[in-house]
Amino acid sequence: MDRIFRHSTRIFALMVIALAVAIFAGLLHAAMPAVKQFGFRFITGRTWDPVEQNFGALPFLFGTIVSSALALLIATPVGLGVAIFLNELAPRRVRAPLAFVIDLLAAIPSVVYGLWGIFTLVPFMREHPSGWLARHLGWIPLFRGPSYGVGMLTGGVILAIMILPTISSISREVLSAVPNTQREGALALGSTRWEMVRHAVLPYAKSGIFGAVVLGLGRALGETMAVTMVIGNRPEISASLLAPSYTMASVLANEFAEATTDLYVSALVEIGLLLFVVTILVNIGARLMVRKVKQA
Amino acid sequence: MNVAVDVTQMLPPRVIPRALMRRKLIDRGMRTLAGCAIGLAMVPLVSVLWKLLALGLPGLRPGFFTSLPVPVGESGGGMGNAFVGTLIVVAIGSAIGIPIGVFAGIYLAEFGRGPLARWVRFMADVLSGVPSIAVGMFAYTVVVMPIGHFSALSGGVALSVLMIPVVTRTTEEMLKLVPNTLREAALALGAPRWRATLSIVLPTALPGVLAGIMLAIARVAGETAPLLFTAFGDPHWFAGVTKPVAALPMQIFVYASSPYDEWHQQAWTGALVLVLLIVVMQLAVRLYARSRLR
Repeated sequence: MDRIFRHSTRIFALMVIALAVAIFAGLLHAAMPAVKQFGFRFITGRTWDPVEQNFGALPFLFGTIVSSALALLIATPVGLGVAIFLNELAPRRVRAPLAFVIDLLAAIPSVVYGLWGIFTLVPFMREHPSGWLARHLGWIPLFRGPSYGVGMLTGGVILAIMILPTISSISREVLSAVPNTQREGALALGSTRWEMVRHAVLPYAKSGIFGAVVLGLGRALGETMAVTMVIGNRPEISASLLAPSYTMASVLANEFAEATTDLYVSALVEIGLLLFVVTILVNIGARLMVRKVKQA
Repeated sequence: MNVAVDVTQMLPPRVIPRALMRRKLIDRGMRTLAGCAIGLAMVPLVSVLWKLLALGLPGLRPGFFTSLPVPVGESGGGMGNAFVGTLIVVAIGSAIGIPIGVFAGIYLAEFGRGPLARWVRFMADVLSGVPSIAVGMFAYTVVVMPIGHFSALSGGVALSVLMIPVVTRTTEEMLKLVPNTLREAALALGAPRWRATLSIVLPTALPGVLAGIMLAIARVAGETAPLLFTAFGDPHWFAGVTKPVAALPMQIFVYASSPYDEWHQQAWTGALVLVLLIVVMQLAVRLYARSRLR
C-alpha cells in the first residue's frame, strides 16, 4: 500500500515534467511547417503578409524587445526604490500595509489594465508625455512623428506598471535575506541610512536584485492583453517610440483564432515557440541569480 | 530690564562639518526619492480603482448577471453568460489542476529527495514562467485540433496548466512546515506512511494548501490570453463542455476594443466585477492565513 501511494504521487510529479516537455514538443511539432518553409528567414524577414503567405517575424521581435526594454527602464528604478523604502526606510508599522497595496497591482488582471489603458492612459499619453516629446523633441528620430497615444512608449509604460510588483516583491525578498549584521556594522561605523543601503545592503543583494529585474523581463516579454490594447498593432519597425508597434504576444492574440491556412497557423505557432523558449531561458537565469543570494 | 540671557550665545558656535552636511543631505534626498517611488507606484493603482468604481458601478445591476449581451443600440443586456462561463472554465481548470498540483506537492514534500524531485521543482518553476498565451496555444494543439472546434474543456485545460505549478509549489512548502514529530508520532502508532500523510500531515497543512489553491484560482480567473483560442467566446448561455463558452475577461476585451459607448460601459462593469472577485478571494486568503497563524 505504501509503495502504491508513493508511486502514485510520483506519477503526478512526473506529470509536471511531462507537461513542460509536452508544451515544448507540441509547439515545436505544430511550428515545423513554418520552420521548414522559411528557416532562418523567419527571424530576419520584415514582411508579414498572410495573403501572400509570406511570413517574417522581425517586426514582432523588435516590438517585444523594445517595449520590454522600455518597461525595465521605467520599472527598475521605481521598483527598487519601492523595495528599499519598504524594507529599509519606512516605519515598521506601515511596511506590511504598503506592501499589500503594492502587491494589489499584481492582482489586477491584464485585460483590466488594457481597458484602463485604452480610456485613461492612451488619452493622457497623447496629450502630455508623448505629445510633449513630439512637440519639443520631435527633431530626434526617437520621438519623430505625430503622437497618437497608442504606440511603443505607451506599451512600455503599461508593461512597466505590470512588472513593477514583480520587481519590487522579489527585490524585497532578496533584501530581507541580507543579514542584519551587515546593516548594524554599517550603522555602527557612523553611516547614514542611505549609506548603509548603498554600501552594506545593495552590494550584498546585487545579483538577487538583478535576478528580480530579469524575472520582471520574463513577465514583460510574455505579457499579452494590456500591450495588445495600447501598442497600436502595426507590424512596422520604426525608430520612433511614438509610432505604433506590434509584439509577438499581441500578434498571437489578434490573429491566431482567425488564421485560415495551415502555413499561417504554423507561422504563428513558431512565434509562440520563440516566445516560450526565450521567456524560459530568461526565467531560469533569473531564478538562479535569486537563489544565489537567498542561499548565501 | 531684561535679565534673560540667551545661553546658547555663550556656547562656542556649533560647526557642522561640510562633509557631514553633504552626507546628511544625500541621505535625505535618497529617502525622499524612495518615498516618491512608492507614491509613483500608487498612481496607476489609485487611478485604475477609481475609474473602475466611477465608470463600472453605474452598470452594476442584477440584470448584469442574469441577461445575455444584446446587440448595439438595444438597451439593457449583461454579461450573465460570460460570468457563468468564467465560473465553468475555472471549475474545469481546478478539477484538472488541483489534484495534479496537490499530489505532485505531496511527492515533493514527503518523498522529494534525489534528482527526480529536483527536476520536478525546476520544471514547476519553468512552467510558472511560461507566457499564458503560449499555454493557450498548447491547449489549442492538444485539445482543440483533435476535437475540431473550440470548447470550454480546452479553456479549462489551458487554465489547469497555469494552476499546476502554483499549487505544486505551495503545497510542498506548506507540507514542509508540518513538524516532523507529527509524522513520527503517526508512524509510531503504527500508521502506514500513506495514512500518516493523508490523515495527519495533509489535514494539518490544509489551511496553507487551500490558500495556495485559492491564490492559483484568483490568478487564472482573470486570464484572457489562454482562452482566446480555446474557450473562444460565445454569445449564448453555456451549452456543454465541448461547446465554445464566453468568459468575463474575454468579453471585457471584446467590448473594450469596440467603438460603442454602451459596450464600453459594460466592459467597465465587467472589469469591476472581475477585480472584485479576485481581490475578495485574495483578501479572504490573507485574512484566513493570518487568523490561522495566531
